[in-house]
Amino acid sequence: MAVPVAFFAVFFAYPVAAIVARGLKTDGTWQFGRITDVLAQPDIRHVLWFTTWQALASTALTLLVALPGAYVFARFDFPGKQILRAVVTVPFVLPTVVVGTAFLALVGRGGLLDELWGVRLDTTVWAILLAHVFFNYAVVVRTVGGLWSQLDPRQEEAARMLGASRLRAWRTVTLPALAPAVAAAALMVFLFTFTSFGVVQILGGPTFSTLEVEIYRQTSEIFDLSTAAVLTLIQFVAVGAVLAVHAWTVRRRETALRLVDESVTARRPRGAGEWGLLAGVVGSVAVLLVLPLAVLVQRSLDAADFGYYRALTHSDGGVFLVAPIEAVGNSLEYALAATAIAVVIGGLAAAALTRRDAGRFVRGFDALLMLPLGVSAVTVGFGFLISLDEPPLDLRQSWILVPLAQALVGVPFVVRTMLPVLRAVDHRLREAAAVLGASPWRVWREVDLPMVRRALLIAAGFAFAVSLGEFGATVFIARPDNPTLPVAVARLLGRAGDLNYGQAMALSTILMVVCAVALLVLERLRTDRTGEF
Amino acid sequence: MNNKKFLAAVVGLGLVTLSGCGSSSSDSEGNGSKTVTLVSHDSWAVSKTVLADFEKKSGYKVKVLEDGDAGQAVNKAILTKDNPQGDVFFGVDNTLLSRALDNGLFQSYEAKGADRIKAGYRVDGDKVTPIDTGDICVNYDKAYFAAHKLQPPTSYDDLIKPAYKNLLVTENASTSSPGLGFLLGSAAKYGDDGWQGYWKKLKANGVKVVDGWEQAYNEEFSGSAGGKKAKADRPLVVSYASSPPAEVIYADPKPTTAPTGVAQGTCFRQIEYAGLLSNAANTKGGKAFLDFLLTKEFQQDMPLNMFVYPVVDGAQVPAEFTQYGPQAKDPETMDPAKIADNRDDWVKSWTSLVLK
Repeated sequence: MAVPVAFFAVFFAYPVAAIVARGLKTDGTWQFGRITDVLAQPDIRHVLWFTTWQALASTALTLLVALPGAYVFARFDFPGKQILRAVVTVPFVLPTVVVGTAFLALVGRGGLLDELWGVRLDTTVWAILLAHVFFNYAVVVRTVGGLWSQLDPRQEEAARMLGASRLRAWRTVTLPALAPAVAAAALMVFLFTFTSFGVVQILGGPTFSTLEVEIYRQTSEIFDLSTAAVLTLIQFVAVGAVLAVHAWTVRRRETALRLVDESVTARRPRGAGEWGLLAGVVGSVAVLLVLPLAVLVQRSLDAADFGYYRALTHSDGGVFLVAPIEAVGNSLEYALAATAIAVVIGGLAAAALTRRDAGRFVRGFDALLMLPLGVSAVTVGFGFLISLDEPPLDLRQSWILVPLAQALVGVPFVVRTMLPVLRAVDHRLREAAAVLGASPWRVWREVDLPMVRRALLIAAGFAFAVSLGEFGATVFIARPDNPTLPVAVARLLGRAGDLNYGQAMALSTILMVVCAVALLVLERLRTDRTGEF
Repeated sequence: MNNKKFLAAVVGLGLVTLSGCGSSSSDSEGNGSKTVTLVSHDSWAVSKTVLADFEKKSGYKVKVLEDGDAGQAVNKAILTKDNPQGDVFFGVDNTLLSRALDNGLFQSYEAKGADRIKAGYRVDGDKVTPIDTGDICVNYDKAYFAAHKLQPPTSYDDLIKPAYKNLLVTENASTSSPGLGFLLGSAAKYGDDGWQGYWKKLKANGVKVVDGWEQAYNEEFSGSAGGKKAKADRPLVVSYASSPPAEVIYADPKPTTAPTGVAQGTCFRQIEYAGLLSNAANTKGGKAFLDFLLTKEFQQDMPLNMFVYPVVDGAQVPAEFTQYGPQAKDPETMDPAKIADNRDDWVKSWTSLVLK
C-alpha cells in the first residue's frame, strides 16, 4: 500500500497541487474568490454546460450503439470473433490526434457520408458524438459483454419455463444482474467524454469547447493560470463525484452472481432474427469503427511503392533529429518501462485493496487511483515541470519522466483488471497457507500468483497498449531525439508538404497495427472476463 | 506514515526500472560547463553537419529540449525560470516577446555579429537577439483559380470582395499563432478602430475558422497535399510565405512549380528571438551558442530546416525559396509592446465577433 500511495503522492497529487497552487496563490495567500469570479463568466458557464450535455449525449449514444454489440459478443459464436473484439478495442488505445484526422475524412467533406448522401457533419456536434462512440465502444463491449457472457442463460430459460414472457424473463432475471455493469460502463464513458480533449479540439473547431480543452487553452495559450486552476478544481470535483458513484456500482457488481464459463453461454446464432442482429452489429462496427481506421491505411498507401513508409527511414527530413521510424523503437521502450511501473504499482494497490482488513480509507483509494484518467494532461505536465525540479527529484530531463506519466494512465487499468480476480481468490486458502507457516511473500507466490497470472498478463498488455497511444502527457515531456509514435505523428502533421502528411499516415498505421497485435495477443490469453477491460 | 520512506521506495523503484532498461540512459548532467542546453519549441531543426561543426569548434556538446508549440514553450520557460531547464531559449516571437520580457525570462547578452542584423529586425536592449523571420500570409490554390478563371486575391481588401466569398479558411486567433498573426496583420492594416469592421465583413463573406493550422492547412485548404486527399474545398488559407516551397520540397516527384502561391499584401511579419536564460547554469556556453545562431553557416542552414528567412546581412536564401515562394514584399508589422498591450483585448473581442 505504501508504494502506490507514495507513487501517486509524488507523481500525481504533488505536481497537480503545485500547479493549482501556483494559479490560486498570490503572495502566499489563497485567492478562493477567483472561483466565483471565474464561474460568473458567461463563456465559462457555456463551456460547463456544453461539457456536461455532450457527455450525457455521448454516453447515451454509445450505450445505444454498443449494447447490442455487447450482447452479440457475449452470446454468439461466430468466425473472426476474437479478431473483431481486438479491432473494436484499437480505437480506445489510439491517440486522438491520429483518429480525429481520420474521422474527419469520414464525416467531413468528401467523406463517405458526403459522397453517398451529401451529409456533412464536420461542423456539427454530431461529429463529436460519433467520434465518442468510436472511442468508447470497447468500454461498453468489454465491461458489459464480459459479464454478460458469464451469466448463466439457463436462469432466464427457467423463468420462461415457468411462464414468464421473453421480455419479462429478461427484465426480471438478466437485467438486474447486468444493471451494475451497464452503470459502470456508462459512468466510464461519461468520464472519458466529460474530459474529452483531442476529439473536441479537432472535430469541434473553435465553437465547441469542453472543460478539458478550456484548461488547455487557459494554461498553454493564454497563460491565465488562475482561471486554469479554478477550472481544474471544478473538473476535479466533477470527476471525483463520477468516480465515487462508479466505485459504488463496481462494488455492487462484485457481489455474488452465479457465473459460468463463457464457453457454455456462447453459441452460433439461430434463425433470421439473430443472424440479422449479428449482421447489424458487424455492419455498425464496420461503418463506425473500421472505416475511419481504413481511411488512415488508405492514405498511408497513396504514394507508389510504399513511398511514405520508405521515407520514414530517412533522417534528413528536418522535422526530427532522427529517422521517424525510430519513434517505433522509442515508443516500445517507453511503453515497456511504463508497463513495468504500472504493473508493479497497480498490482500492489490491487493486492492492498483486497486485503480483508482493508478499511474505508483503503477502499476509497480504489477510486482515487482512477483520478489520473480524469485530470487534464496539461495540468499534470505543467505540474511535473514546476514540482519535480529539485534534487533528488529533478526528473525534468530524465527519460524516465515519459514512462512515469504514461504509467499514471496505465495504473487504473491494471487495478481494474486485477481487482475482481484477486477478490475472487478464497481467503481461506491464504489463511491456510499462513497457518502452515508460509511467509506473506510465499503465500502470494504459491496462492495468489498462479490464480492471477493471466489477469496480470492481461493487465500488463492493456497498460502497454494504453502507454503506446498516450499523447497528452507525453507530448509535454518527450525529447526531440526520441519522440514517441503519437508525438512524431503530431509533429509531421504540423508541417506542410505531401511527404510529411503521408509519413504521418504511415506512422499512424504502424501504431494501429502494433496496438492491434498487442490486443490480439490479449484475446488469446483471456479466459476470464470478470475484469473490466 | 513516514514520507521519507515512501519517497525512498519510489525513487528506488525508479532506479530499478532505470537500470533495467539501460538502452536510453539519461544524459550526465554533472559537466555543465561542457554541455550547453537549448530550450525551444518543436519546430526547431538544424542540419547535423552544421551542429556538429559548432560542437567541434566550440568544444561544447549541445543538448536540445523541445517544449511543444511556440506559446507552450514560452509559458513553460516562464514557469521554470528560477530553475531553468537549459541555458538558451530560442523561439519567442514578436507576438509573445513582451510576455517573456515582462516575466524576466532573459539576462543581458549582446551576441557577436549582432551588428550584421538587418536594420528592420533589430530590437531595443540586449535581452534578446533576433534570429529569423517569417511571414504569415494567405496562400492560394493555383489550380482552383486557374480552373475558375479568377485572379487570386492580393490584399486584405480583396478578401472581403464577393468574388472570394466562402473561399478563405483561417485559424482561431486564441489558439493558433498564424491565426493570431492574421488578426494582428488586419489590426496593423486597418488600425485600432478599423479592424473589427473588417472582420465583420470577412465573416459576412464566409470566412471559416478552425482551431489549428493543421486542420486549416491539411483538411480545409484545397491546395495542400493533405487537402487534396481530403477533397478540401477552401482554396485560400492563412499559412506561411514558406509553405509553397515546402509543398515542392516535400513532394516526390518534385513538381516544377509550386501548387500554391502567396497572396502578397496579406502578410504579417513574425520575428523569432533567442536569449540567454536567467539563472542559466552554463552562461559561457549559452553565449557561445547565441553567437553560433548568428553565424552565416547557421543562418543559411535555417531556411530548409525551419522554413524561415535569415536576418543577417549576406546570408544566402536557398534557390527553392526564391523560386517557389518569394518573401513578402511589404508585410504588416507591429511593435511588440503594442501587441502586448492589446493582444488579450483584441483576441477577446475577435472571439465574440467572429466565433459567436
